Amino acid sequence: MTTAEKYVTAAYCVVFAGVLVYVVLIALKLQRLEREVDELEHREPKPAEDERETVSVG
Amino acid sequence: MRVVARLYRVPLPTLAIASLVLMTVALTLVFYVAPNDANQGFSQRIFYFHVSIAFTAYACFAAGAWKALLHLWKRDPRADLESYVAVHQGVIFGTLVLLTGSIWAKISWGHWWLWGEDELVLFLVLFLFYCAYFMLRFSVDLGPQRANLSAVYALFGVVLIPVSFLAIRIAKSFVHPEVFTLHGPNFGGWILVTYCVAQAALLLFAHTLYRVELAGKRLDARLRELRLA
Repeated sequence: MTTAEKYVTAAYCVVFAGVLVYVVLIALKLQRLEREVDELEHREPKPAEDERETVSVG
Repeated sequence: MRVVARLYRVPLPTLAIASLVLMTVALTLVFYVAPNDANQGFSQRIFYFHVSIAFTAYACFAAGAWKALLHLWKRDPRADLESYVAVHQGVIFGTLVLLTGSIWAKISWGHWWLWGEDELVLFLVLFLFYCAYFMLRFSVDLGPQRANLSAVYALFGVVLIPVSFLAIRIAKSFVHPEVFTLHGPNFGGWILVTYCVAQAALLLFAHTLYRVELAGKRLDARLRELRLA
């Protein structure tokens, strides 16, 4: 492999690696968001608060 | 504008497959079809992706500024997030331009970086300007103030794009090759075809990534709202 070929390979590898890291990061983020959506979907609804006014007795 | 509007209607998987196919075609042309340059030989093959990535970065910054203008002008509620994602993409492609440019500079000029070259320094200024965009954006609390400040900043940055692009034509010491002149590109034949395919591939790829990232950011914002509700 000549010096020029090594440099060209390095340049294209840098582009490939950069794009790969970016895609992996986006994929991980989307995975996390999906998990959070699932958690929200399966969260139990909050019990309705008692709307009556509280008064002291006695 | 109509082309971009049509691209938004294309389903994401189709867009991803199309950009992958186009990228493969571009790489095949770069390594198997395009001839060796008479002056630079094999190392000139960095040009196809280096210049295409640079124009893609400019396009991303310009798109970010356009969306920022829409936010300030029409108060489009989606524009702020779209502007942010476009600037983010521009910075990623900008990083790749600087890295591939340095590698090409080393093999062609014998230096990783030349501070005397206006084209290089002005691109670095443009890149650092948009890097600072994130510092500004995340130093302000979420809300209309953040959106407005970010939009004004992204809009100011667009002025640097023609300055960076024209720097090479203004400069008198032509170390950096001038590939686009007033009379058109300085090359033809398979070199031009390969460059055009690589440029189309990178623009389509950038648009695909933009759509994916934007979908993620919108989902994130919606989740935040739901948690607060």
